Amino acid sequence: MTTTGTSPADLTAFHRLARDELAPLAAEMDAEERVSRAVLARLTETRLWGALLPAEAGGLDLDMRGFAVLHEEIGRACSSLRSLLVAHSIVAWAIRRWGCAEQVSSWSAPLASGRLLGGFCLTEPDAGSDAAALTATATPTEDGWVLDGHKTWITGGAIAGLFLVFARAPRGVSAFLVAAGTPGLRVIPRTGLLGVRASMPADLELDACPLRPEALLGPEGFGMPTVMMSALDIGRLSVAAGCVGILQACLDASLDHAANRRHGDRMLGDHQLVRRMIANMATDTAAARLLCGEAARLQDAADPGAIAATWRAKYFASTAATRAAADAVQLHGAAGCTATSVPARCYRDAKIMEIIEGSTEIQQLVIAHEAYGERR
Amino acid sequence: MTTAVATDIREFVQRKHRVSELEDSTDIFALGFINSLFAMQLVLFLENRFGIRIPNDELVLDNLRTVTAMTGLVERQLATVTRSAP
Repeated sequence: MTTTGTSPADLTAFHRLARDELAPLAAEMDAEERVSRAVLARLTETRLWGALLPAEAGGLDLDMRGFAVLHEEIGRACSSLRSLLVAHSIVAWAIRRWGCAEQVSSWSAPLASGRLLGGFCLTEPDAGSDAAALTATATPTEDGWVLDGHKTWITGGAIAGLFLVFARAPRGVSAFLVAAGTPGLRVIPRTGLLGVRASMPADLELDACPLRPEALLGPEGFGMPTVMMSALDIGRLSVAAGCVGILQACLDASLDHAANRRHGDRMLGDHQLVRRMIANMATDTAAARLLCGEAARLQDAADPGAIAATWRAKYFASTAATRAAADAVQLHGAAGCTATSVPARCYRDAKIMEIIEGSTEIQQLVIAHEAYGERR
Repeated sequence: MTTAVATDIREFVQRKHRVSELEDSTDIFALGFINSLFAMQLVLFLENRFGIRIPNDELVLDNLRTVTAMTGLVERQLATVTRSAP
């Protein structure tokens, strides 16, 4: 899939938007567990909902290197917003990559404009890391399909208008496009998460949802290695890039606090043990950014090595973000323990990043498996 | 063409699974090589290496089952590209 790439002006615009407009609202959105209509509208104005869609549909048509930078900047400001954006973006991208001409024509423009938000529906109560265990079913009928099942922790589910649902069809796991309002579809918003609290997740109950034949996206029975895996690859890159953003936010906050907080007759930043924390954060930030850049470059080249590179980036960046956020809270002392402080929010958000899009333990298993396979 | 395509595919599968010998007719599912991850890597490899786009109706397990089947899949797509070229 060719794209028009990402210009330096785009990158500057992403940075300014995140720093000047989104970051100041992050604590409020976190507290209220929702993203305001004004922020959603701002993402529409800046065409970020169409980051991976072509210009003719109203999108930005970013390459993956640009997408990673965008998600680093948004993640630096607010992990909840980044989560909303990536859930939507991978639905839009999956339709672009795997959809037939009619599906692309029907859905691309409303998704690019943000008039319609996408939700990626894979996880079930008993199928998280083990996606092959999913139990939602798609039964063929004379008129198309009927979907039954229960999906959980669907990022953005509370406000999404189009769900990409994975279900077990007679020929194997397949992907289906389910519009909000479809008979038998019930959306149940969830609140009270540890982190990414403003990502407006929901559970979905599908009770004999009737779908037209054209709801099937991609090859029937081969949805896992195609639609699911390719979308998750982009999701994982976004999480990794977002974690670089968390790392940078922790580093920035820690440098500010260390420079301005007096401790006895010295500034906090003059203590060697504080400097050790800063050194670790700075090094992890740079290393995670390099790993993300490499994964994005390989994804742009459609290189089979992109999959393992993206795992490595996600594994390193998410665990490093958790370490950095813990250090940032420690370095801030009591000031880092308030609900609205940047380190506290980063600490809660970073932990979520170690769980979503493949937990740390799953990443360790697959990275080791790949390493054994690649040994010559 | 067939030999070159088959050689590239065979070498990719051998490298990924560290096997020194692989017959073109060997069912790689039966060897336990295929899972969702490797299937995705195969699709990426075939599309990237040979400059093709595999249509949805060709993305079935039987087309990835052997080196011979994958070679046939690639050659059908290459023929489509050739036919549609000006």
